[in-house]
Amino acid sequence: MSQKSLKADYWKANLRLISLCLAIWFVVSFVFGIILVEPLNNISLGGYKLGFWFAQQGSIYVFVALIFFYANRMGKLDREHDVHEDKDV
Amino acid sequence: MSLQAMTYLVVGMTFALYIGIAIWSRASTTSDFYVAGSHVHPVANGMATAADWMSAASFISMAGLIAFMGYGGSVFLMGWTGGYVLLAMLLAPYLRKFGKFTVPEFIGDRYYSKAARIVAVICLIVASVTYVIGQMKGIGVAFSRFLEVDYNVGLVIGMGIVFVYAVLGGMKGITYTQIAQYCVLIFAYTIPAIFISMQLTGMPIPQLGLGSTMAGSEVYLLDRLDQVLNDLGFAAYTTQARLSYLNMFVYTFSLMIGTAGLPHVIIRFFTVPKVKDARSSAGWALVFIAILYTTAPGVAAMARLNLIETINQPDGSQLVYAERPTWVRKWEETGLLAFEDKNGDGEIVYAADPNVNEVTLIDRDIMVLANPEIAGLPNWVIALVAAGGLAAALSTAAGLLLAISSAISHDLLKGVFKPDVTEQQELLASRIAMAFAILLAGYLGFNPPDFAAGTVALAFGLAASSIFPALMMGIFNKNMNKEGAIAGMVAGLGVTLLYVFQHKGIMFIASTSYMGNLPENWFLGIEPNAFGGIGALVNFAVAYGVSKVTAPPPEHIQHIVEDIRVPHGAGEAVSLDH
Repeated sequence: MSQKSLKADYWKANLRLISLCLAIWFVVSFVFGIILVEPLNNISLGGYKLGFWFAQQGSIYVFVALIFFYANRMGKLDREHDVHEDKDV
Repeated sequence: MSLQAMTYLVVGMTFALYIGIAIWSRASTTSDFYVAGSHVHPVANGMATAADWMSAASFISMAGLIAFMGYGGSVFLMGWTGGYVLLAMLLAPYLRKFGKFTVPEFIGDRYYSKAARIVAVICLIVASVTYVIGQMKGIGVAFSRFLEVDYNVGLVIGMGIVFVYAVLGGMKGITYTQIAQYCVLIFAYTIPAIFISMQLTGMPIPQLGLGSTMAGSEVYLLDRLDQVLNDLGFAAYTTQARLSYLNMFVYTFSLMIGTAGLPHVIIRFFTVPKVKDARSSAGWALVFIAILYTTAPGVAAMARLNLIETINQPDGSQLVYAERPTWVRKWEETGLLAFEDKNGDGEIVYAADPNVNEVTLIDRDIMVLANPEIAGLPNWVIALVAAGGLAAALSTAAGLLLAISSAISHDLLKGVFKPDVTEQQELLASRIAMAFAILLAGYLGFNPPDFAAGTVALAFGLAASSIFPALMMGIFNKNMNKEGAIAGMVAGLGVTLLYVFQHKGIMFIASTSYMGNLPENWFLGIEPNAFGGIGALVNFAVAYGVSKVTAPPPEHIQHIVEDIRVPHGAGEAVSLDH
């Protein structure tokens, strides 16, 4: 495969991964924490109402996990598409 | 040892530590001054970014605001952490690959235009100065309490210390000092939280304590708080929305993209050795930030409960004013806490009804600092919180001042107006710019537009509406041209500033507000602090529209964009101007 289409594939794969991560990012914060907070508050998580928990605790934990997931997957993509930094110039 | 002596000791020791590190690693070349030669490990960089990021707004102010906003305060929690996801995926790795010193430098090169660079500098300065006002408020509150002086005197002392501190070191000094500052501030934040969580629930981890039952009872802490607030006529803590769900949505969005657009945070990602480190560095930064941000909701709810029970005691009696605790007297001296015995019975009542309520002023920014005193914790814990609050405020103020000064000396002076400037002249210009920024922010800090976290939220709105869209489109849209980017930044910042100034006053001087800060005048009920989210949408739309009707960017720019999208071939951060 040519260098150019390899780069294009890499970029497409990156965009797909970003879309997936940002979808999760949006759901845990804007959807669970704000839009659906009232129905979710009918469910309890210990002393927390679930919607309140997502808004003040849960979304933050998911954000941390998302970044490391993305960094890890991108590290693999870099190698698969041979665009990583350690290769010889 | 008295509390004041203890505070001098602890604050003095931590300051000696930071200044010692700053002198030990003093910046010698301009490259060191800005980005520490690109050799900072991702974990270390993450920790320094966290210190840089968590300012007086996060440390001193945020939990106090949440204490009174309840669920509505979630906008700060989600907004100021969610932005890191955007930063890690949409900006940091590509800007690192691009390898420049400053954000305006990227915008100037990507949009092949000095005008774009100048517009970016203006956006950066407006957002950063607003941010520093918020820090000044926090520093003023902290100094006024612990030196037992009026807020205004505390603010002047704070300005002096920030100046000495920021001028001493460049980025390199700042990177190592900020690691020390992170350790001090996170220790200072979590220790009292653990104590208080233990007292109230028997559970030492505040993240779990907030969801636990009250010690010696079957009632959950949050249910108890909701109940107590309802009895006093306030909205329930866990369901009280901030104005409307739409407002909360826009507010959170504004803070998130503002996080990803703030120059002093982005500049951090130029200092990691590799592109892949830029991604993980954002993750580490968020880990260190999340420790404080997941503790804050516990601090907030518990502080509110303790405050209420100090005044309206659980046994049904009220606080007798003449027998008020020392912490109440001390805070009254700062002018940030006030009571009025309306019915003259010598007792204080706290209630939602303004005719009955006798707690006439509680500045939200005092809550975190007063919290350990309210809970009756030992003096060393209270002193530690003061040191932590100052560490948070100083580290961020220093980072911001560096971003402002490098924008002026590096981007404007060297990049545009006087390319043959010597290194010494550039450093001198950056220090003069710093001094000027401190004076301006300090002056505006006498009458800040909002509590510290609210002021900082405004700064985020300004960054969100101007810088973030230009950066993102620069990477993700190859066809974005200079006309589009410039028009977008001007429109986004312009709309946001107009909206903020019309409600909060020109340059935040309230008397110049031409519509009054009245909720009924707000567009769709969106408060000025949140309006950056709308400004950003305007920016994107205008930029896209203008780019469609003007000439596409030249071919070599499109190659640059293709090149920054792949990590391979990343060099060290360099400046083409050198």
